[in-house]
Amino acid sequence: MSIKLEEVTYTYSPGTVYEIHALDHVNLEIGQGDFVGVIGHTGSGKSTMIQHLNGLVKPTSGRVLYNDEDIWADGYDLRSLRFHVGLVFQYPEHQLFETDVLKDVCFGPKNEGLDAEACKARAIEALEHVGFPKELYDKSPFELSGGQKRRVAIAGVLAMNPDVLVLDEPTAGLDPQGRDEILDQIAYLHKTRGISIVLVSHSMEDIAKYVDRLVVMNAGKKAYDAAPKEVFAHYKELETMGLAAPQMTYIMHTLKEHGMDVDVTATTVEEAKASILQALGR
Amino acid sequence: MIRDITLGQYYPADSVLHRLDPRVKFIGTMIYIISLFVFKSWGYVLGTVFLAGVIVISKVPFRFMVKGLKAIMFLLFITMFFNAIFTPGEVLFHIWIIKVTKEGLILAGRMGIRLVFLIMGSSVMTLTTTPNQLTDALESLLKPLNKIHVPVHEISMMMSIALRFIPILLEETDKIMKAQIARGADFETGNLIKKVKNMVPLLVPLFISAFRRANDLALAMEARCYHGGEGRTQMKPLRYTGRDYAAYGILAAYLALTIAIRVFLHW
Repeated sequence: MSIKLEEVTYTYSPGTVYEIHALDHVNLEIGQGDFVGVIGHTGSGKSTMIQHLNGLVKPTSGRVLYNDEDIWADGYDLRSLRFHVGLVFQYPEHQLFETDVLKDVCFGPKNEGLDAEACKARAIEALEHVGFPKELYDKSPFELSGGQKRRVAIAGVLAMNPDVLVLDEPTAGLDPQGRDEILDQIAYLHKTRGISIVLVSHSMEDIAKYVDRLVVMNAGKKAYDAAPKEVFAHYKELETMGLAAPQMTYIMHTLKEHGMDVDVTATTVEEAKASILQALGR
Repeated sequence: MIRDITLGQYYPADSVLHRLDPRVKFIGTMIYIISLFVFKSWGYVLGTVFLAGVIVISKVPFRFMVKGLKAIMFLLFITMFFNAIFTPGEVLFHIWIIKVTKEGLILAGRMGIRLVFLIMGSSVMTLTTTPNQLTDALESLLKPLNKIHVPVHEISMMMSIALRFIPILLEETDKIMKAQIARGADFETGNLIKKVKNMVPLLVPLFISAFRRANDLALAMEARCYHGGEGRTQMKPLRYTGRDYAAYGILAAYLALTIAIRVFLHW
C-alpha cells in the first residue's frame, strides 16, 4: 500500500476574483504502516490535501497515485479506492444519519456490497476497536455525547476495513480526557491492525506524542516533512507560520540557554523530566 | 463541486454602479423592464445602447452577464418557437404542417430580445448589488405598506436570513456529501427511486444541521433583545447622495424618451 501525491496543485474557483491556491505543487508519500501527522494553520491547505488522498477532490494539476496507479486515469474505480483509504471528517454530525448506532456504522460496509450479517460483524468489530460501549449500540446517534459521536464516526469508516485511515482533527472540541482516549484508541488501531494513519491536528502536543513523521503545511506548500523532533528544532520558523512547538521544546531550549546540559529534542513531559534529572546528575 | 453554484452572484468591483444606492438600482431595473415592453421595433436600439452603457460602467466582465442566460435558454427557445409557428398572418414558408409567418417571426424576435435584455438587465443589478443591500432597498421601498399592517421589516429580515443561509447550507451540503462519499455512498447512479433513497444520508444530517442553526440563531437574536421592526435603526442606513439623484435624472429621461418614441414615432 502506498499513496503518492506528485506536484499536486489545487485552485479554488480558477479564473475568477475568488481564485485561491489551496495547494501549490505538493509532493507527499505515505507508505504501509506509517503514522503521519499533518499540521498547519487554518487555511494552510491541510484539509484540501487530505481530500486528495481518497479522490474526493481532483487536483487542478499534478497526479495522485495509489499503489502506483493514477487514480484520475480513465476507468479507475474511485469508489473502491474510498474503501481502501478511509477518511473521517472533523464533524461527526456530517455523516451520522441512521436511526441507531449499529445501522449507521453498517452504512460503509453495506455500500461495499456486503450482506447484512457481514456488515453487522464488521460494525461490531469496528465499534469495539474504538471502545464504544455495547449497551449504546441501539441508541440514536444524535443522542450521544460529542466524544461518543466521534467514536461512531470513526467506527463508520473503520468498518470498511481501510488500509489507510485519514482523520481530520479527530479531537477538536473534546475535553482533555476524551481527546486522550480517542488518540490512544487510534494509536492502538495502528499497532494492532497495522494500518497506516494520517492524523490532521492543530495540537502540537497530540502530534508529538503519537506520530512517527510530521508534515507541516504552510500557505498551500509543504514546509517540513520529517520526524517530529527534527521539525520542532525549527520552532522559531514554526512560529512565523502561526504554529508553535510543544511547550517542552521551549522549556528545554531556555534551560539550555541558561547553561544546563539538557536534551533540547525532548517533547513530552516524561522525556523532559528524564533529561533534566540526568543533567542534574541524579 | 457545489462551490460553483452561485445564487447571490455579486461581483465585487469598484464602479459607480456598485456605489449607487440599491433603491436606485432596483427602481432603475423596474424602469428598464417596463421600457422593454413599451418598445415595439426600433426602440430596442435605445434599449441596447442603454444596457451596453450600463454594462460598460459596471466594470463587470461581459461573460458574467451572459451566464444568467444559460438558465433560460430552454424557455427562450420554446417561447420563440411557438411564437413563430402559432401567430397567424402572411405565410413565409411551410415545413411539413408547420406554417411560419412574417408576423410570427417578428413577434418571436421581439420576445427573444425582451427576454434576453430582461435577464441581462436584472443581472446587472444582482451583479453590482449584494443580496443584503437588495433586501435593505426592498424594505425601504415597501415601507409605506406598513400603514396597512404588512410586516415589511419582518419579511425583509426573513429574506436576509434566508439569503445568508444559502451559502452556509450549500457548504454544509458539500461537506456532508463528501463525508458520505468517503463511506462509499453513491449519489449519481441508479434509477429515480434509488437516487431518492440514496439522498437520505445527505438529507438527514442537512435537516438536523439546518434546524440546529435556526435554533442557535433564534437564541442569539433573543439574547440581543431583538424585538422586530418597531423603533429599530440600521447600522448602514440608506441615504441618497448627489450621484443617486443624477441617476434618477437619467432614468427619468430614459423613461420619457421611451414613451416619446412609442407615442410619437410608433417604434
